[in-house]
Amino acid sequence: MTTTIIFTIASLSLLGLVLALILYFTAQKFKVVEDPRIDDVETILPGANCGGCGFAGCRAFAEGCVKADSLDGLFCPVGGNDTMKKVAGYLGVTVADKAPQVAVVRCNGNCDSRPKSSNYDGYTSCAVMAGLYSGDTDCRYGCLGQGDCEISCDFDAIKMNPRTGLPEVDEEKCTACGACVKACPKFIIELRNKGPKGKRIFVSCINKDKGGVAKKACAVACIGCTKCQKVCAYDAITISSNLAYIDYNKCKLCRKCVVECPTNAIWEVNFPVRVPKRETADVEQQ
Amino acid sequence: MSKTFSIGGIHPKDNKISVKAAIENFPVMETAYISMSQHLGAPAEPVVAKGDKVKTGQLIAKANGFISANIHSSVSGTVSAIELMPDLAGNLVQHIVVKVEGDEWDEKIDRSPEIVREIKLSPSEIIAKIAECGIVGLGGAAFPTHIKLSPPPGKKAEFLVMNGAECEPYLTSDYRIMLENPEEILIGTRIMMTALGVKKAYIGIEDNKPKAIKVMKELCSKSYKNIKIVSLQKKYPQGGEKQLIDAILGRQVPSMGLPIDTGVVVQNVGTALAVYEAVQKNKPLFEGVVTVTGKCMTEQRNFRMRVGTTFESMLFAVGGFPKDAEKLVSGGPMMGKAVARIEAASVKSTSALLLLTEEETKRKPEGNCIRCAKCVDACPMGLEPFLLNRLSRAGRMEDLEANLVQDCIECGSCLYVCPANIPLLDTIRLSKASVLKIMRSRPKK
Repeated sequence: MTTTIIFTIASLSLLGLVLALILYFTAQKFKVVEDPRIDDVETILPGANCGGCGFAGCRAFAEGCVKADSLDGLFCPVGGNDTMKKVAGYLGVTVADKAPQVAVVRCNGNCDSRPKSSNYDGYTSCAVMAGLYSGDTDCRYGCLGQGDCEISCDFDAIKMNPRTGLPEVDEEKCTACGACVKACPKFIIELRNKGPKGKRIFVSCINKDKGGVAKKACAVACIGCTKCQKVCAYDAITISSNLAYIDYNKCKLCRKCVVECPTNAIWEVNFPVRVPKRETADVEQQ
Repeated sequence: MSKTFSIGGIHPKDNKISVKAAIENFPVMETAYISMSQHLGAPAEPVVAKGDKVKTGQLIAKANGFISANIHSSVSGTVSAIELMPDLAGNLVQHIVVKVEGDEWDEKIDRSPEIVREIKLSPSEIIAKIAECGIVGLGGAAFPTHIKLSPPPGKKAEFLVMNGAECEPYLTSDYRIMLENPEEILIGTRIMMTALGVKKAYIGIEDNKPKAIKVMKELCSKSYKNIKIVSLQKKYPQGGEKQLIDAILGRQVPSMGLPIDTGVVVQNVGTALAVYEAVQKNKPLFEGVVTVTGKCMTEQRNFRMRVGTTFESMLFAVGGFPKDAEKLVSGGPMMGKAVARIEAASVKSTSALLLLTEEETKRKPEGNCIRCAKCVDACPMGLEPFLLNRLSRAGRMEDLEANLVQDCIECGSCLYVCPANIPLLDTIRLSKASVLKIMRSRPKK
C-alpha cells in the first residue's frame, strides 16, 4: 500500500519535473521580445478599442506610437490632446496640438420640412434601405432615419430623435472617433472642428440637386443660391454642384451667412441667443 | 411525371388571375420617357439631340461599352429633352423624353402579320442583328442577349434551354405570348440555336399552364422536331437559370459559375419572341407584354406596351389607384422591385405592374430564430440562410465567403418560409454585395 503511494508520488513528480524543464527551455528558445513601453503606453490610452485612430485597437495604436519616430499623424480622438501629450511625454517626443473635433449631422430635413413620398417597411437598417432605393422622401441625399449611426456609436453619443427622424449628437460624449461617419451610407455625417467654446457654423445639407429640385424635396435644403458665398468676407464658403460648404479653418464665426440663407440650411451652434435689432430698442426708448 | 429541380424551392399560391386576359395594345402615351439604363451594364449613349424628329423604332442611343445595348425610340415625335430623371427606385438615370406626334414607324420594320419561317442569316449575322436591335434578356436581369449568344472562347454550348416556367406568382405575360405567338417563339428559338450552333433546345413550362404546353407541343411535333417541350412541376424558383438547367438536364452549375460552364445557354421565351421580331421582321425591342394585375383590382389586363410608359399612366388605364392597394411592384411579388416613384417609366424588361394589398405586403414583427431549418430546406442553392444572416449581422465577411454567400440568387424563398419573419434576404443581400466587392478587389491569380 505505502509503496504504491510513494511510487505514484515519485513518478508523477518526475513527470512534472521533466515536462516543466521542456516548457522552460521551449519558452526560452521561442521568447518574443516586446518593447516594454508598449504596455506602458497602452495604460495611458483610454482603452475604448473604438478604432477611431485608424488602428485595430488601443494596443495596436500603442505599438504604432512606440515604433514611430514622431507622433505626427497619430492621434487618439477619444483621449484627445491630453492623452497625446502624456504619450509624447513618456516617449520623450513632442506633439502638436490638434483642434478637437465633433461629429456633425449635415441633414436637417425633419418630418415637416421633408415630407415622405413612400413608406419603407423593410429591415431597420440604413444600409439595407440605401441598397433598395433612394429613400422614403424625394431627397436622394438626405438622412434615411433607420439609425445605423446610433448602432455604430460606442459612446452613446449619437441618438435618433423620434420627433424629427434625424440623429442628434451629444457634444459632451462625442469623441470624434468617426464610426458613425463610416456607418452612414449617405455620407451625411462629417467630423468638424469643435470651434472656440463649441461655437461652429455649418451647412446642414448635402443635397447636390439643382435648386428647384432640392427645394421641392425639402424646404430646408441648400439650393446653391450663392448668397452666403457673396456675404462671406473670409472666403470660407465654396459652392460646388449646387451645394455650399463652409471651411471650418477659414470661418471666423461672423454669422452673416446664417442670416442670409433663404432656406435656413446654415446652422449655428452654441451661440448666444441673438439680441433683438436696434429698431426694437428705439421703440422702447420712445 | 413532371420534372423539377432537386433541392429547395417553395410553393407560393400562384394567383395567376390574369390568365384569361388576352394581350391588348396599350394606347400610345403623350410623352415617352426612355431610360438609357434599361439593361445590365453601362448606360447607352444618346445619339439624338433635343429637337430632333424620331420615328418609332429609330436608334436613339448606342451601346456604350462591352456589356451594353442599343436603345430605340418606342414612339414617333420630337425629342423634347435629354435629362436626368428618377427611375422606379428614385435613382437618377438619363432619360430621353419624346413628345409623341402620331405613330410613324421606321420603314425598315416589316409590320405584316405573316410569319416568316425561313432563316436566311448566318450565325454571325444573327448575333450582329440582335445586337443592333438592342435585344436584352426579358427574364428579369436584362442581360444583353448578343453577349449571351457569343460564348467566351474555349467554351461550347451544347443545349439551349428556354425558360417558359414563369414561376413567379401573378405574372402571365410569358403565358399569354406562348398562347398567342407560339410559332414565333419557336422560330426565335431556332434562330438562337443557329446562332449558337446547337442541335437541341428544351422549353421548360410549368404544369399550371397546360394550354401553353399543349399548343407548343403540337407545333413542335409538327415542324420543330429538335425543340422539346418539358413539362415542369409548379415550384418557385423554377425560372432561375441554374434551377431550370437542373430540372431539365439534371446538370449542376458550379459555384460562382455560369450556365455555359455546363454547356447550356438559358433564354426566356419573351426574348425568343423579341429575337424573332428583330431577325425576321427587322423590329427592334421597344415594346413588350406587361401584366397589370392585383387582387384589389376589378379587372386584370395584359398589355402590349411601349417602353417608356409611366406607371402612372398604366394605373390610369385600369381605372386609377384602387383604394385598398398598399404597394406597387414592378415585376413579380417574389423578385420584383417596389415602385417608389409612380412617375417613373417602364423599361424593356418590365414584365408586370402588380398592386398588392396591405394584408399581402405588410411585414410582421421580427422574432427570434428557433432553428427550425425551414430556410435551409427552402434554399434552392443549398445554402444555410439562418447562418448567413447571423454572420452578416456580425459583419464576418471571410466566414460569409466560406459559406458561399455569393451563390445566393436572391429568390427570397428563405424569407417566405421563415416563421419568425426574420429579414433573411435583406441581410444576406447586404453582405453579398460587400463580399463580392472584397472578392473583386483581390489580385487575380
